[in-house]
Amino acid sequence: MAETTPAKEPIKASEIDPKFKYEIAKMHGGEKLLRCFQCGTCTSDCPVARYSDTYRPRQIIRMAQLGLRNRVLNSDTLWLCAACFTCTDRCPQDVEVASVIRVLRNLAAEKGCVPQVFKDQAASILESGYAYKIPELRIKKRESQCLPPLPKGNPESVRKTLKNVKFFQNTEKKGEPSGQ
Amino acid sequence: MGSKYLIFLGCAIPYRVSAYEISARKVLSKLGVELVEMPEFNCCGLPLDPVSHEAMLILAARNLALAEQQGLNILTLCPGCAGTLKKVNKILKEDKTLREQINAHLKEAGLEFKGTVTTKHIMQALTEDIGLETIRKAITKPLTNLKVAEHNGCHILRPKEYIGFDNPEDPQTLKTLIEATSATCLDYIDETECCGAPSVGVSDKVALQLARDKLSHIKMVNAQALITICPFCHIMYDTNELRIEKMFNETYGIPVLHYPQLLGLAMGIPPEELAFNELRVDATKIVKQVTEGAKQE
Ligand code: SF4
Ligand code: SF4
Repeated sequence: MAETTPAKEPIKASEIDPKFKYEIAKMHGGEKLLRCFQCGTCTSDCPVARYSDTYRPRQIIRMAQLGLRNRVLNSDTLWLCAACFTCTDRCPQDVEVASVIRVLRNLAAEKGCVPQVFKDQAASILESGYAYKIPELRIKKRESQCLPPLPKGNPESVRKTLKNVKFFQNTEKKGEPSGQ
Repeated sequence: MGSKYLIFLGCAIPYRVSAYEISARKVLSKLGVELVEMPEFNCCGLPLDPVSHEAMLILAARNLALAEQQGLNILTLCPGCAGTLKKVNKILKEDKTLREQINAHLKEAGLEFKGTVTTKHIMQALTEDIGLETIRKAITKPLTNLKVAEHNGCHILRPKEYIGFDNPEDPQTLKTLIEATSATCLDYIDETECCGAPSVGVSDKVALQLARDKLSHIKMVNAQALITICPFCHIMYDTNELRIEKMFNETYGIPVLHYPQLLGLAMGIPPEELAFNELRVDATKIVKQVTEGAKQE
């Protein structure tokens, strides 16, 4: 995915969704969004921000607070977070930054904005229980490596437990995990 | 002795990191640990967290419910799996409403989460259950002249609130475990930084730059090897080391060992049984140093 700079365009009042922050704060992990006082600790300690020209966790948090729903959710940079949790551990306001970013990703995914890797892993889990397709060769090789047989997945049962999850309901409709 | 666990392999290890599994099973069995296989497998849930937190909670709870049926605590080799299973266990035990919600999903497949098992990463099992004393006693070939560096990886350390295992700013467990083999564990810049693995596929450039930073800091202190305890970190440093060297026109030549491989060497397990041949970066030099060094003594 190409990196975009969602923050550089001037903000129009019509873009603002004043309830967006409350929607986030209602979700598991997003509760403390409003506590952020924009100190920048998260960005300065973020390993990804060091090498990306566009990924800035502080900025994402601010855009979420402001209610820039579409800019945040359509932004490719949202998917750059490595979920290393450094920001979460160091935020002086205990915002759980990485979890807020995860909440935003979940909302983006519901709209169908998901990088292909994540779709592939979700599809594989539904198919075999494993997030990656384990090559036959590897499975066979286990014997010669004196490893016990690999436990089998139970896709039917996994599907049953996931069938009422929004993301997978989209999947069922379109034949693949959530949207394009 | 006689610790007994349900081993939860995760996805990455059977997919492409078999050396970790082979060496861990060897070492644990020699230390008297009994491993029982999972009756069935599904991913811990972590890879789905970015797209659906709910799906992650369900998958993790499902695994915990399966373990509860077996009446055994879980041991994982992957910090991602350990972190996820621990975190979800804690969340669902504390939040009754959420537990009921998740159990409603599990009920569709006749399962229920009760919160009666714990999960430990191999490092935690080694230090807390098996104990450093037992490990030290099992060492027959001390790695006295070996100087290595460690990389813990993020999910064994953070978020502190849920993992509560070591000090995420200055972790000591892996160092202590390395020093139990009599090898020296060197300090280097930004030891607790991310390897970059989760960014692979989204931005390989950012991911490889992070791994490169680590490799160059490790090279700076002249470590003979890097010791990891995570399949994903291992892929970043070992599988990708050549790629990083090409990309940045640099040479590192740092072998990347799974901790059980290092411990296995010190316990006198023959190197052939510890799957060194599975490593991408050649480790023959240090394996030789260890085995021949021991002969001389
Ligand atoms: S560290 Fe916390 S308070 Fe500071 S900018 Fe980041 S989220 Fe806001
Ligand atoms: S969790 Fe994401 S945003 Fe936070 S420091 Fe790590 S990479 Fe940056």
